[in-house]
Amino acid sequence: MRARFGGLLFLALAATLPLWLRDPYFVAILTSTGIFIIAAISLNLLLGFTGQLSLGHAAFFGIGAYTSALLSLGFDVDIGLPSPVVVDPKPVWIAFFGAVVVSGLFGWLIGKLAFRVRGAYFVIVTISFAEVMRMVALNWVDLTEGPMALNNIPPLSVLWPGHGLTALVTKSQQYWLVLAVGVVCYFLVARMVRSRLGRALIALRENEPLARSVGVRVTHYLVVATVVSAAIAGAAGALYAHCVRIVDPDVFLFIYTVTMVIMVVTGGKGTLAGPVVGGLIFGLMPQALRGTAPPEVQWIIYGIGIILIVFFLPRGIVPAFADLARLRMPALRKPASLVR
Amino acid sequence: MLRLDAITVCYGKVPALREVSLEVHAGELVTLIGANGAGKTTTLKAISGLLSLASGSIEFEGVPIANTRPRDVLARGIAHCPEGRRVFPELTVRENLAMGAYLRRDQAGIADDLERIFAKLPRLKERIGQIAGTLSGGEQQMLAIARSLMSRPRLMLFDEPSLGLAPNLVERVFEIIAEIRREGTTVLMVEQNALAALEMCDRAYLLETGQMVLAGAGRDLLENPHMRRAYLGG
Repeated sequence: MRARFGGLLFLALAATLPLWLRDPYFVAILTSTGIFIIAAISLNLLLGFTGQLSLGHAAFFGIGAYTSALLSLGFDVDIGLPSPVVVDPKPVWIAFFGAVVVSGLFGWLIGKLAFRVRGAYFVIVTISFAEVMRMVALNWVDLTEGPMALNNIPPLSVLWPGHGLTALVTKSQQYWLVLAVGVVCYFLVARMVRSRLGRALIALRENEPLARSVGVRVTHYLVVATVVSAAIAGAAGALYAHCVRIVDPDVFLFIYTVTMVIMVVTGGKGTLAGPVVGGLIFGLMPQALRGTAPPEVQWIIYGIGIILIVFFLPRGIVPAFADLARLRMPALRKPASLVR
Repeated sequence: MLRLDAITVCYGKVPALREVSLEVHAGELVTLIGANGAGKTTTLKAISGLLSLASGSIEFEGVPIANTRPRDVLARGIAHCPEGRRVFPELTVRENLAMGAYLRRDQAGIADDLERIFAKLPRLKERIGQIAGTLSGGEQQMLAIARSLMSRPRLMLFDEPSLGLAPNLVERVFEIIAEIRREGTTVLMVEQNALAALEMCDRAYLLETGQMVLAGAGRDLLENPHMRRAYLGG
């Protein structure tokens, strides 16, 4: 009950933030942090709820970014057919949902390939996949412009009351867009993990042979989770493409995946709020340190921060605070003695 | 009801079971005894579809079930209550029980079964919202049994139900298993505690290094010289 109240308060603060915080720079920082939080939410679905570590999650993010950018810009590409394939520019929202679908399809492919073996093999397959995607983006210049990057990507637009169809170009508008998509993704994942499907995912994370013996189709559910996770990461990538409005092969860099993993692990994997909390901390910390520490020192401070969190709060920040709240409020405390 | 015909199961190239045959008739309580590594758990896993056979066949109520998926075996009415890590530690008692009814869609029937189980094991009802990993070992075993019952099995496979439990709890677990059988569920139970198993069962099989060496009524096996020397302490 108290957690729900806290969530509503947080949402109200977040939704009104550009109205009382008239600092466009900070709003822009929160927007890019929000995009990463969405990606972290998608990673948490796999890492936190199924226990599978995808170390190539930036691949789905990048595929989303490139797909949405290319569909909204239009492209022609020679793939050895008699005449080149020409795709006209599509409306931006169609490009956005196209990106979600294409990322989801890649998630299905990777899930089908990797979950025959799981564990370490899944990690290796996902890392390689992201690196291959980066190479494709870098070298398939006909399609992706390679290192020259895709420029002038159109922004998303909505029917803004009183203004008709409005392109979302100001910092506040983009902030609200990212917040809206983020809230949808959060509740989608929340709904999913609290359903029968979610129980099955947690069951197989906890004890796979037992999950199989009670009738859970383990591989099937892992693939479903990967598809949803990849699709959400793709949505985050598409948001990135239409907010930053330039996409280059660096979106596939390993460091982005690592950032998502750090957000999930420090926030609390397997909790719904974990990626949000971890994402806010690691999205805003660079800004907080920017004035006081040079970049090299910043990296050292992150490193120490992560080590401290992992050492003292191994399950992450959110579970640690939940335990604390339970100790403070006896009503929530579990029975002390379990054996009679 | 259940018939295993000369089944061989291999881990890699090493055979863990060699041409093992056994039979369980409807309404019986049959136990499978043997030392560590004799192949008892392997036998149960082969029945429930967690392992596939190198050769041989398994029939349940006249239908071949060897090498089918665990969920299909479960759907036919065989529940497997495994040894060792028996519950989902991070799920609550209620969620663990719901996992036992995972393949069922009849919400009313599930609610009825839940009530019947709580009548039998009131301790679980007190603990319904608790995370299963925080239950005592005995409570976890009760929960595992209750979870298996939630699929309404006609045949229950128990793997070492007494393993790691305090003596008074061992007795309680055996009582519950006897009760489940009285209520009409057929039971195949793997046990190391040979004396208790032989006293409560109708028939028993003895496995040694992957082969079936003895079979007979529980009483007869209690008198068997080889059995007495090797498993019952003289």
